[in-house]
Amino acid sequence: MQQTNVLEYLEKTVLRVPQKVAFSDGTDGIDFQTVYHDSRAIGSYLAGKGYYNEPVVVFMRKYPKCVPAFFGCVYGGCYYVPIDEEMPRFRIELIFDNLKPRVMLCDQGTLEMAKTFAFDGEILIYDQVTQTAVDDAALAKIRDRQLDTDPIYIVFTSGSTGVPKGVVACHRSVIDYIENLSETLGFNEDTVFANQAPLYFDACLKELYPTIKFGATTYIVPHSLFMFPIKLVEFLNQHRVNTVCWVVSALTMISSFKTFDKVKPEFLHTIAFGSEVFPIKQFKLWREALPEAKFTNLYGPTECTGMSCYYHVDRDFELDEAIPVGRPFHNTQILLLTDKNELAAQGEVGEICIRGTCLTLGYYHNFEKTNEVFVQNPLNDRYPELIYRTGDLGKWNERGELVFVSRKDYQIKHMGHRIELGEIEVNVNMLEGIQTSCCIYDKATDKIVLYYVGDMELKALVTVLREKLPRYMIPNKVMKLDTMPLTANGKLDRVALKARFEAEKKEK
Amino acid sequence: MNELIEILENLHPEVDFETCETLIEDKILDSFDIITIISEINETFDVVIPAEEIVPDNFNSAKALYELVCRLEED
Repeated sequence: MQQTNVLEYLEKTVLRVPQKVAFSDGTDGIDFQTVYHDSRAIGSYLAGKGYYNEPVVVFMRKYPKCVPAFFGCVYGGCYYVPIDEEMPRFRIELIFDNLKPRVMLCDQGTLEMAKTFAFDGEILIYDQVTQTAVDDAALAKIRDRQLDTDPIYIVFTSGSTGVPKGVVACHRSVIDYIENLSETLGFNEDTVFANQAPLYFDACLKELYPTIKFGATTYIVPHSLFMFPIKLVEFLNQHRVNTVCWVVSALTMISSFKTFDKVKPEFLHTIAFGSEVFPIKQFKLWREALPEAKFTNLYGPTECTGMSCYYHVDRDFELDEAIPVGRPFHNTQILLLTDKNELAAQGEVGEICIRGTCLTLGYYHNFEKTNEVFVQNPLNDRYPELIYRTGDLGKWNERGELVFVSRKDYQIKHMGHRIELGEIEVNVNMLEGIQTSCCIYDKATDKIVLYYVGDMELKALVTVLREKLPRYMIPNKVMKLDTMPLTANGKLDRVALKARFEAEKKEK
Repeated sequence: MNELIEILENLHPEVDFETCETLIEDKILDSFDIITIISEINETFDVVIPAEEIVPDNFNSAKALYELVCRLEED
């Protein structure tokens, strides 16, 4: 029978390699039998308490036990919503407002903090819930009711109105993604992953699901190692890591400090990267260090479940060239639509729109935003068919490869994270003493620059922003102005601010 | 030293860099900060911090970091 549930991956693998280490942080690891048992115990608990088809917030440290926590929610017929201790409280509360969750799963390390949230539902502790006796009958009953179009997770992404949007994904789109990603990158039972992405983004699907599909192993790299390049490479070698799917900034952190002169990742043969432009100078350092390795550029929005396109790097690039986004995965189509909603000709710029099973279900409890971007395919006037409008502009090059050009709006990619500049501005503008603010992004130096007008001192502003925004959204430079430049129509003049920033850079 | 403190204070205005000696241990600095600090030091002091010097001990306090910069400037 055709697979309709992601848990079937785990159930097949546990029969084959129950004792093999599935997830480890380098010190503590859990095998597939434990993943299977703990997930089913959590699912049984949720079923016993009558939680079903609803969000379960998973608030745990980033370590191997998070994974059974996620699958436990799916066993219970619920969907997991990962949040993290690094998220500012203000953002967590916005997420809770959207979800109205009745239950949250914590561990001993996060429990105290969890108790301080404005949350009146039930708080579960991992080590207690996993003591629950597995209720086979209840789990079977849930499985029987589950469809492949039912949700399994929600991850939150930046929203320009200041409120994060929860992207809801189902079994079917995740299975479609994992099957095609695994085929494209050649994952198998011998794959040893090192996970870099936070577990509260869809980026971690690349490691979690292939690991349970193949019985592979994932090492969750301690966050602090990404500060220290030599230690990081030593970690990869110690655990014989052969595959990484990382954001570009994590890879360039290694190459830009001449780390390869001292130590090289000896076992690494598959390197996938994405989420932002790979500077060619840095890319060349990687290729020289690992000439035999396969390098693949990945591209895709969270709204289409992980990644949608790939390009295996098969040629050299000039320093001013961009590595193409390439072609869509099997069973995914890219439509490049012009302003007139017609297909763009080769070389012509159009909006990247995506068609296929990969489309997620939309934004949680937000039909308005969902309907703005998950829309009827304008090329089809015969039957209902949704496409997702990414807001990314691209073109087909002369080789027939998709190339990313720019954004339509003020969304940026910074250190591998997707950010709406509007979300930063909304949060600044809410503060007392601020009249107005405007953010620009300087691509050349990868800096977010905030200009503001108001009485607030610069230091005080940065300090409060840290409580409201995730770390990666904090502006790199903040500057106070007497007046904000406006366009003839009275809108914030971003072009003038950019010119001002350029002039200031030159003065230095 | 003042220039260095300024770089650090731009990142974390809430921290007293004259006294704090546990910037890494207490997770005050994260990987974003480290990368920013290294590139700012490169721009301001014209020194490149090599990979083998990017270790916790050199980043735990402004003083340690300053000593590193001085050492590299002499080379």
